[in-house]
Amino acid sequence: MMKLDVVRDILNCRVIAGDDRLDLEVRVACGADLMSDVLAFIKPRALLLTGLTNVQSVRTADVAEVVAIVYVRGKMPEKEAVDLAKEKEIAVLSTDLPMYEACGRLYTHGLAGGSELHEGASDPKGASLLSAV
Amino acid sequence: MKARAIPREPLFFQRSEIFGGDFVNAGKASSAVKAVLKEIGINPAVIRRVAIAAYEAEMNVVLYARKGIMDLRITPQHVRITVKDEGFGIPDIELAMQEGYSTASDEIREMGFGAGMGLPNIKKNADEFIITSVVGRGTTLEITVRL
Repeated sequence: MMKLDVVRDILNCRVIAGDDRLDLEVRVACGADLMSDVLAFIKPRALLLTGLTNVQSVRTADVAEVVAIVYVRGKMPEKEAVDLAKEKEIAVLSTDLPMYEACGRLYTHGLAGGSELHEGASDPKGASLLSAV
Repeated sequence: MKARAIPREPLFFQRSEIFGGDFVNAGKASSAVKAVLKEIGINPAVIRRVAIAAYEAEMNVVLYARKGIMDLRITPQHVRITVKDEGFGIPDIELAMQEGYSTASDEIREMGFGAGMGLPNIKKNADEFIITSVVGRGTTLEITVRL
């Protein structure tokens, strides 16, 4: 688990949207530019790190219950993406760090990856049973 | 004891239109589905599965078809999403269901899609998944998640 204001400090992020949401916690992080992979593998209440700046990055985040998106490599999301993130209450940050370094820094500070969550990780139906308990 | 009649009509029905190539609105039909399920208080884990499957199906229409419809039906037993498109159809469904198989163009991949995970991911999130396709006409997906 890691609070978003800690993520911001570790990655030296600019906060683009949701600066009132930085006390929220993420359970896990996922780094990907392919939204297909995000939809297939990301766990709920995650931090998404991506270099894809279009509106689909936020749509995908919303569907997958992502808490916040960090755009890497100094990229800034498109205006439509920021507007949608505000509507869906998803925090948006940007870091100058490349993907590998951003993920690495968060991981060394203790933010887990999806494969480390043991809750029927590859089977969303299994996960649904657990979260219903 | 009288047998209880099983209702034929869903308790809730909603139809959304999807247009091929409309990337600005891509995902809105799935958002509308998610909003309804949230409003009636469905288990969040079920909502997430339905939303992911619906969004994958919606993106397939936007990326590959001319247009389509997404129907949401809710009964006391299940949530069912039906996506029917008018498009090229899928010649080999078994091949299309394999993880990593994709006919996506570079343009689609630049959008963050086309990794060949869509149909397998829909199946993974559904309790029942039926796909039918006629080449030259279109594809219909029926996705059921039990409540």
